[in-house]
Amino acid sequence: MTISETNDVKAHRLSSEDYIENFSDIHPPLTQHEAFVEADRCYFCYDAPCMTACPTSIDIPMFIRKIQADNPVGSAKTIFEQNIMGGMCARVCPTETLCEEVCVREIAEGKPVKIGLLQRYATDTFMEREQPHPFTRAAPTGKKIAVVGAGPAGLSCAHRLATYGHDVTVFEAREKAGGLNEYGIASYKTTNDFAQDEVDFILQIGGITIENGKALGRDITLDQLSADFDAVFLGVGLPGVNALGLEGENADGVIDAVDFIAVLRQAEDLSQLEVGRRVVVIGGGMTAIDAAMQSKLLGAEEVTVTYRRGQEHMNASLYEQELAQTNGITIRHWMMPKSLAVSDGAVKAITMEKTALDASGKLVGTGEMVTIEADQVFKAIGQTPDAAPLAGVSVELEKGRIRVDQHRRTSHSKIWAGGDCVAGGEDLTVASVEDGKVAAESIHKALMA
Amino acid sequence: MADLSTNFLGIKSPNPFWLASAPPTDKAYNVERAFEAGWGGVVWKTLGEAGPPVVNVNGPRYGAIWGPDRRLLGLNNIELITDRDLEVNLREITEVKKRWPDRALIASIMVPCDEESWKAILPRVEDTGADGIELNFGCPHGMSERGMGAAVGQVPEYIQMVAEWCKHYSNMPVIVKLTPNITDIRYPARAAKAGGADAVSLINTISSIVSVDLDNFAPMPTIDGKGSHGGYCGPAVKPIALNMVAEIARDPETQGLPISGIGGVQTWRDAAEFIALGCGTVQVCTAAMTYGFKIVEEMAEGLSDWMDEKGYATIADFQGRAVPNVTDWQYLNLNYVTKARIDQDLCIKCGRCHIACEDTSHQAITSMVDGQRYFEVMDDECVGCNLCVNVCPVDDCITMVEMTEGSDPRTGKPIDHDYANWTTHPNNPMSKQAAE
Repeated sequence: MTISETNDVKAHRLSSEDYIENFSDIHPPLTQHEAFVEADRCYFCYDAPCMTACPTSIDIPMFIRKIQADNPVGSAKTIFEQNIMGGMCARVCPTETLCEEVCVREIAEGKPVKIGLLQRYATDTFMEREQPHPFTRAAPTGKKIAVVGAGPAGLSCAHRLATYGHDVTVFEAREKAGGLNEYGIASYKTTNDFAQDEVDFILQIGGITIENGKALGRDITLDQLSADFDAVFLGVGLPGVNALGLEGENADGVIDAVDFIAVLRQAEDLSQLEVGRRVVVIGGGMTAIDAAMQSKLLGAEEVTVTYRRGQEHMNASLYEQELAQTNGITIRHWMMPKSLAVSDGAVKAITMEKTALDASGKLVGTGEMVTIEADQVFKAIGQTPDAAPLAGVSVELEKGRIRVDQHRRTSHSKIWAGGDCVAGGEDLTVASVEDGKVAAESIHKALMA
Repeated sequence: MADLSTNFLGIKSPNPFWLASAPPTDKAYNVERAFEAGWGGVVWKTLGEAGPPVVNVNGPRYGAIWGPDRRLLGLNNIELITDRDLEVNLREITEVKKRWPDRALIASIMVPCDEESWKAILPRVEDTGADGIELNFGCPHGMSERGMGAAVGQVPEYIQMVAEWCKHYSNMPVIVKLTPNITDIRYPARAAKAGGADAVSLINTISSIVSVDLDNFAPMPTIDGKGSHGGYCGPAVKPIALNMVAEIARDPETQGLPISGIGGVQTWRDAAEFIALGCGTVQVCTAAMTYGFKIVEEMAEGLSDWMDEKGYATIADFQGRAVPNVTDWQYLNLNYVTKARIDQDLCIKCGRCHIACEDTSHQAITSMVDGQRYFEVMDDECVGCNLCVNVCPVDDCITMVEMTEGSDPRTGKPIDHDYANWTTHPNNPMSKQAAE
């Protein structure tokens, strides 16, 4: 097979209208009538399975009943009581594997109540009507808590603590708060700067100060934080990414998918973004799908996702996989990256070895090679924790991630942690929000004891 | 093919579906369209006395309640009788009847409650060739404030008196349309019969305030900040209508009095139920006002298909078949024992049966068995009330099953196959003791 000599990576692949169309809201919000009709489908189950399946235990039947009763603002309050990021979760939760998977109407007829879209209807209506903040801050307690990382876990924790009257300082390495909501989620899932609107909404409680550009281990140390504050919450996420370990990995066109998504999310003008004509994405998670989808939407002609195991093993939800396929993306299973073809410092192709499970169930290469031409290769094979900033403080780790108990308390009595950086983290916004909330309750209890 | 034709007081119509006296029958244009669509008969919107016609409000006349997806469940109106000139109506009735000789055309009438007024209008209506007249003693709003409509229908003596005038001054069949806004429907029905009326039709609309505008604090529909009670109709009133029809059908004093059933008829099934309770025809308004005249096709074909399936060749074959089965509570068999049964294959585990029973009834349905979400009936607590059946969202998932042998685990009493009711029950202080 001959490898194309021209490395076709460029911006302005589409008309300006196409960019607007491609990156508009992927799920247009429900109209009021649609919301009423959908809300009427809810059976208001006893001890509802959807509520149990929600990592934040939102009282789903109650918020839907409030929509039914034309009280969307009250409905949003029910949501926010359990999940202050109910607006973002309505957009990014893989509802088909959480609440909607166990909806009795899914069991009965394969058509669950559209809980995610109803949650969005309620929370969007709340935001649009510019309601006063739904919670009141308790009298100041004089306690000070440091939160490291202004992602979903950190902000959720900060909000709950502020509600109790504590003073919270959030240290964030990046320029903006929001974490993956701001930098890591496909843009068509959160349009119109929703992530920042939600941050503003959360800060309305008062008592929370965000210090941007403060990275743990660089500008602040855990030692110092635990000395200066009554408690510390770590929601630092997974700052590193896994490498392919192949020669040529530093060539032009071989890119970390998370970086690509972050750049895209912050871009003022999408037409300025370069994308290859032929894109290969390595990985099987949500990040892989998000990177593949956005490449396609930027005008890439051929986008292939390759995954080393089978479809059933992919972390990306079935819904996300189908979304990608509907958008013309090819997903190829059972192949792992073997070598990169590089010329003039830029990637030209990637050769994959087909894989299979051997008799013992171990993934092995079959020796059969497949070469896919590529102007860009996106790596989405997992993110990694960074233990370096934790050095010197007695916080126990587990496979490089922070070990916490059920209250999200670490082995250090003044330090709690949550979100993707803790052992057993689920890589879900909603799970991070729950971690922050649970930790805040535990911190509050500990400080007020 | 079943024969749907009816002969009601000698008035023939190709099917039992008549349009009730209401906006859909206010003028020739609408009535022609109805006949073209297949309606068996029409009761022309109520005519008033000669002279300047009544006036209607110029604001909203209707209010409603809705079910899911804005399906209209109940309609309320504050419209009065026809606001068109009597001459025009009479001329149109004459013309339409000539063009549609095979359809029933009844004229509804409401004039002041004095003999002269009725004496004046009756011959004029008779001249149109109309098949009969329906006396509007039912409208609860507007006209009742002027001593007509429900104001007459609520006084049996007046009903009898006017019915007598009508029989005296005309040769037309007389149908008395009854108001449900009374305490016991049998009294006005008996009065109609005593006055010589040939039939009754019921129910007219129910006095109602359909909703309150919480911004303006006024009843809906709101006319310049105020509202007035209206007349309620539509699917929501059908159960009330069925009961009133049944009361008249089984009252020994009115047994056999022809009835035209009205109230929430939406489909063939509703019509069949009214007919089973003794009605000779049914009258429809709200369903037509919601969906247009075409619905009569579904009604006629549905009734015909059901009759074919059941082997009923004519309407008369099943008319009144349910009347003997309507009885007083005191005669219900207290030895009849049922228990709810949940079909676990159909159960979707929503838990509504459990919480309804647990919170509001008899604590007879589990929510958890062996640590699993599982809903089953505990026979030793189940009183057989049927609430779980009614709240279950799945068709046929919960059914009531009769116990035919053994003992009722709730009471410990052996199943008794003999019939026994309250009149002979030992707890009844009025029970009649069997002779020694």
